[in-house]
Amino acid sequence: MDNLSFILPEVFISLSIMFLLLLGVYKKNSSNIVHNLAVGSLLITGILIFNNPLDKNVSLFNNGYVIDNLSSFMKILTILGGAFVLSISTRYLKICKIFLIEYPVLVLSSILGMMVMISSNDLMVFYIGLELQSLALYVLASFNRDQLKSSESGLKYFVLSALSSGLLLYGCSLVYGFSGSTNFNVIGDAMNSSHYGLTFGIVFILVGLAFKISAVPFHMWAPDVYEGSPTAVTLFFAIVPKVAALTVFIRFLYVPFVNMIDQWQPILIFLSIASMIFGAIAAIGQNNLKRLIAYSSIGHMGYALAGLSTGSNEGIQSSIVYMSIYLVMNLAFFSCLLMLKRNDVYYETIDDLSGLSKKHPILSLSLLAILFSLAGIPPLAGFFAKFYIFKAVIEQSMYFLAIVGLLSTVIAAFYYLKIIKVIYFDKEKEGYDTDHNIWLKGSLTFSTLLILLYFIFPSKLVEIVSRINII
Amino acid sequence: MNFPILSSLILLPIIGSLFLLFSKDKNSNTGKYVALFTSFVNFLISIYLWYQFDPSTSNFQFVEDREWLKGFINYKVGIDGISILFIVLTSLITPLCIISVNNTIKDRLRDFLIAILVMESLMIGVFCSLDLVIFYLFFEAGLIPMFLIIGIWGGTRRVYSAFKFFLYTLLGSVLMLIAIISIYWISGTTDITQLYDLGIDTKYQNLLWLAFFSSFAVKTPMWPVHTWLPDAHVEAPTAGSVLLAAILLKMAGYGFIRFSLGLFPVASELFTPLVYTLSLIAIVYTSLVALMQEDMKKLIAYSSVAHMGFVTLGIFTITQQGIEGSIVQMISHGLVSAALFLCVGVVYDRMHSRLIATYGGLVSIMPKYSILFMLFTLAALGLPGTSGFIGEFLVLMGAFKDNFLVAVIASLGVIFGAAYMLWLYRRVVFGEVKNKELLKMPDLDNSEKFILWCLAIPVLFFGFYPEPLLNTTEISVKHLIEMYNFNLNMNITEVQN
Repeated sequence: MDNLSFILPEVFISLSIMFLLLLGVYKKNSSNIVHNLAVGSLLITGILIFNNPLDKNVSLFNNGYVIDNLSSFMKILTILGGAFVLSISTRYLKICKIFLIEYPVLVLSSILGMMVMISSNDLMVFYIGLELQSLALYVLASFNRDQLKSSESGLKYFVLSALSSGLLLYGCSLVYGFSGSTNFNVIGDAMNSSHYGLTFGIVFILVGLAFKISAVPFHMWAPDVYEGSPTAVTLFFAIVPKVAALTVFIRFLYVPFVNMIDQWQPILIFLSIASMIFGAIAAIGQNNLKRLIAYSSIGHMGYALAGLSTGSNEGIQSSIVYMSIYLVMNLAFFSCLLMLKRNDVYYETIDDLSGLSKKHPILSLSLLAILFSLAGIPPLAGFFAKFYIFKAVIEQSMYFLAIVGLLSTVIAAFYYLKIIKVIYFDKEKEGYDTDHNIWLKGSLTFSTLLILLYFIFPSKLVEIVSRINII
Repeated sequence: MNFPILSSLILLPIIGSLFLLFSKDKNSNTGKYVALFTSFVNFLISIYLWYQFDPSTSNFQFVEDREWLKGFINYKVGIDGISILFIVLTSLITPLCIISVNNTIKDRLRDFLIAILVMESLMIGVFCSLDLVIFYLFFEAGLIPMFLIIGIWGGTRRVYSAFKFFLYTLLGSVLMLIAIISIYWISGTTDITQLYDLGIDTKYQNLLWLAFFSSFAVKTPMWPVHTWLPDAHVEAPTAGSVLLAAILLKMAGYGFIRFSLGLFPVASELFTPLVYTLSLIAIVYTSLVALMQEDMKKLIAYSSVAHMGFVTLGIFTITQQGIEGSIVQMISHGLVSAALFLCVGVVYDRMHSRLIATYGGLVSIMPKYSILFMLFTLAALGLPGTSGFIGEFLVLMGAFKDNFLVAVIASLGVIFGAAYMLWLYRRVVFGEVKNKELLKMPDLDNSEKFILWCLAIPVLFFGFYPEPLLNTTEISVKHLIEMYNFNLNMNITEVQN
């Protein structure tokens, strides 16, 4: 019974999913209540995770499930991300007439899946978590089912994701076949590079994971799915699943595969460089902001992978810091996107931002800070994120990776500047509505202030993250 | 614990800009007075700083050291004889810029003032930071307000120029970032004072020097990466051009002295011929290009490149005269080019044309303007009695000491400089009045007169009596050269052993 107290967060969130589903079905017009309760239950889950003794590594269920600093930190990130997504998307869902009880329930179940993924220490447990979150995400992508694009994106995501899950599963079976166990620690002990089968297994697993975080060359789904999904869902796609997938990446690379670093390091460096360059170049031609942010997030994943490819604790920590800051920046960006509404129609192309700074100075100023931060210009938070990554990369003398990474920030700066140009230098258009609800305004203010003022206390986040020692 | 005077210099303009940000009225004059007040207070503080500054020691003064990134980087600021002058220059130019927007900026005045004030903080930060990462932070952050200044309030090709400015400088700087992080892993610190003591391993110096050079060369700007400057200058509003020419370009010169010479003596010695060559090309080639310009702003922009060529030349002579001359030249160029851009701004506001051909015979229409314009023209070409002379003279003296041929070619630049400046002056101010429109132009108004005289007085004063400038820098420069030679000799003996 002692063990159960450690998985109380997961238990609680599962119970609340069931309860909310029942409540939604039996009570008419209960979308609002279900929404609010979902946010509440996420916050309670967060508190429950906080309650766990943080500095203790606990493994449960035959060592198939671990609670450590990494899992607690990443779970809190996903839960915060999820809570923000739920609270700022209500207005959007109402206007798009998809304010249904299924939305919060699906978000919660996908978060539950992610929590299982994050804590998993066993191939089976990991796969169950992965499928739970993916299934919820397929439905979410096609949530606005009356719209062709939304259905299309859901289907596309489903087909491609199923393919990658298949590859992943094949990799898992190879690893199991050659190591004789599904447990990460046992696999880690059995690993050595003389097994070609294991190498194949690792490659398949990495491909599957790279698909989930949309690293090049497994990124094809991202732009279409980002563009087609309802904006509220895109926001969720952009931040939360990536945090979970990156955690799994860390765990796979540094627990079962840690002895095979020579095998996976070149793959990771390739993924990282390809994502950074492709993300930077492909985004230049985009006009749809959601599509653009899809390419930009491909680039950002490249930087996070660069941190992981170092094979050092510093590198892992820098990736985690990167993901945290990335989450805040994307949250801020999408809050702005959700504010571009005129007469109940949402606008989402760069041209619609034209001359925004005249009528909406504060919104434009926030966007300015967010975009420069995404571009990694000091003293904004995005710079520090990149700074830690490059610090870790250069520590391992991987100068080539550092130079390519920094040069692609220059290329990427171009398209962020292009948006700023449209906002500040171009002719003004009609103004947008200003009657946003308090959650949206609050989340924008909160995240923008975090981005702007991060440089005053830059060591707080690093201190927390530095407790995470995997190796 | 002393009063954190440098931090307050950095923070004050930011506080002023926050006031502006939360003020309701967008175009009224209150905002301008707030901005003017904060920048003027900053100027007074910087003068007080100079007064309190002790020129008899080469140690860093007014040092503040605070924990920032735990166990990694400290927020460390301080000044020595090299940086104090740039801080005073920055805080002098900013209020003048703010006064000058009177006539030029009609649209979104408040935002413009915010950008200028933020710019001031960042530039002061650049000059007093004593940690490489802090330096980089200020150095790069300056791109944001300048990008907006060029892009929002610039001329017809502003978007192209703003992008070019931003991407060029960013590309140069990212390599410097790699170098800074590498220095951290090589030496275990990014604190400049500690790095001065520790020295950097010789085998890394060449690459690190080149990485820093790529950033500073773009910012200086040196030939062949100077092409962003004419575009940026031409399109920027007057106040933007003034900031760019007077202060932004100086960050690179300052960087060369502080970092390239201070941290990498062996590499500096090795690459001196490269810098000499590029500087000479800049001096001669851009002077010739300047001769052919039809746009006044572009002409002055090219002359800036040539003048900065003198600066880099002087720095890498690594002689007392050369480096002091470069510093004086930078201060002088800061005052003179600011004034020249303001002079162009004066006639541009009246005629909305920067083409030289539009003007002619201004001497009879705007006599007061013609006098001041002449003064600055002469200062730009380095006439004795103006600060421009002191700088060029010292630089050439240093160059003669080091390399005769280089000095001779550089002297050619002085002649070309005289040619294009005097020719510009002749075409604009003398000759007959070709354009009837010109007759309607009023002479300088009070605020313009005030700004130009504020710049003219120090130009003349330091021209006749450069003692305060030289006095301030002397000991610090001497120490720098001693340290440089010491490190170099150490290395030579190491190699021999």
